[in-house]
Amino acid sequence: MDFSHEEHLIAILASLLKGVGHVAVGVASPIPGSASLLARALSEGSMRVSILGSRADQAWSDTGVEMFDCAAQGRIDAFFFGGGQIDGQANINLVGVGDYPHQRVRWAGSFGSAYLYFLVPRIILFRPEHTRRVMVPKVDFISAPGTSAPNVHRPGGPTALVTDLCLFSFDAGRRRFRLESIHPGHSVEEVRDNTGFDFDVAEPVTETPAPTPDALEAIRGPVAQSIAHTYPLFANRVFGIGEEVAP
Amino acid sequence: MFRPDVDSLVASIRDGARLAVPKTEAGVSMAATRSLIGRGAKDLHLVCVPTSGLQADLLIGAGCVGVIECAGVTMDEYGAAPAFVRAVSKGSIGLVDSTCPALYAGLQAAEKGLPFMPLRGLIGSDIVGRRDDMPVIDNPFAADDPIIAVKAIQPDVALFHAPLADREGNVWIGRQRMLMTMAHAARQTLVTVEDIHDRNLLDDERYGPATIPSLYISAITLAAKGAWPLGLPGRYGEDGGHLAEYCRRAATPEGFAEYLRRNLAIEPTAAE
Repeated sequence: MDFSHEEHLIAILASLLKGVGHVAVGVASPIPGSASLLARALSEGSMRVSILGSRADQAWSDTGVEMFDCAAQGRIDAFFFGGGQIDGQANINLVGVGDYPHQRVRWAGSFGSAYLYFLVPRIILFRPEHTRRVMVPKVDFISAPGTSAPNVHRPGGPTALVTDLCLFSFDAGRRRFRLESIHPGHSVEEVRDNTGFDFDVAEPVTETPAPTPDALEAIRGPVAQSIAHTYPLFANRVFGIGEEVAP
Repeated sequence: MFRPDVDSLVASIRDGARLAVPKTEAGVSMAATRSLIGRGAKDLHLVCVPTSGLQADLLIGAGCVGVIECAGVTMDEYGAAPAFVRAVSKGSIGLVDSTCPALYAGLQAAEKGLPFMPLRGLIGSDIVGRRDDMPVIDNPFAADDPIIAVKAIQPDVALFHAPLADREGNVWIGRQRMLMTMAHAARQTLVTVEDIHDRNLLDDERYGPATIPSLYISAITLAAKGAWPLGLPGRYGEDGGHLAEYCRRAATPEGFAEYLRRNLAIEPTAAE
């Protein structure tokens, strides 16, 4: 069964949500949002999904502080973050490139990362672009640190990193990523060539599995319809549904 | 309490004010924003609760902002906020980078009359490393438990757009409860609304819990479609075509000036 690159990423992220009771999805996250809806569909309804900005898929009667309070109480099990830069210790930078504050490249900002990265047990890093400008030796601004000193209250943190090329796990004790699987058509050498930090390699490294027919059916059906409410441009581009809005 | 129009409402916002505004989808008073730009407001300290988009970008591009305190500025699906990005690289605005829960916590401290609010997370980030108002303190109830203290944020003015007010000056906000926190924390609260109801909102159990009592409201004015081209939850969606066009035009300073001329009939002077 043929599938698009986006559909594959959705399926990979969904596979990392196995066993999660409540996953929350932040802003600017159509693929993680779709993955969460897919994981819920495949969990036969036992998973709760909260998508920020969605009317139908959210757990809260407040659109602001409640999600953060919820996370601090341990009521959110998984969350996604990206990163304009990500380094080998899983520090993430959502602010910009160059000397802060007047950086030559400026992104939107840290959002809730400096908080949720500490408190949500399963943080999945998702950054499609896998290049040396993203996967850097050291980030220019730490929006949120990958690990903390032992006395810092930190029930949460990064557990995985998914890119266009591969899937890494993260070991907070060793403060290092480990390459777990490579997406079809790519190689360990290609990952190394495009990564600015050193990482461990699982033995053996496997090929990332393709989406199952059940997953693809769910993605193209209920998942596409739901995500279109929050991300109409994405749904139009990837699934061809809804009305096109001029870019 | 009731002002005849938006211009007289924003006359209460002096240049240099610390102005709190809500995130894009929570009820942004774009009507008041256009009026501030038209007046040529200067040196605002914009506190975004906790993020912003078109509102901050327009104010920055038009030269109204001295400092922006926020957890993010983005045009969401339409792309980066072009005037914000240019102003940062040029160094023409001051930046107080924050994180969403810290902005909420600062406002919550102010609404309780407290000097600060403790907050988990953040330790070791450059957000706390780059500012002096978020020290690490010791939890007095546990040994060796460092925790962040977020200084209270008391805005001079909270400004937003809501679906409904009543004749008493009570304002219904639905589930956008950060607007309540903003109103509690700020010295003055200015609101544009879609409609004014004759019946007292606080007398109705369905509306009361999501209504800001007039105690906290300084002034209100009617502004139909006052969030346009942004949306207002439960009332109308965003105008995607307009937002896409804004991003396309504002990609250059000339295009931004052209946008102000076409859409606000403003000839920018101090703009970028």
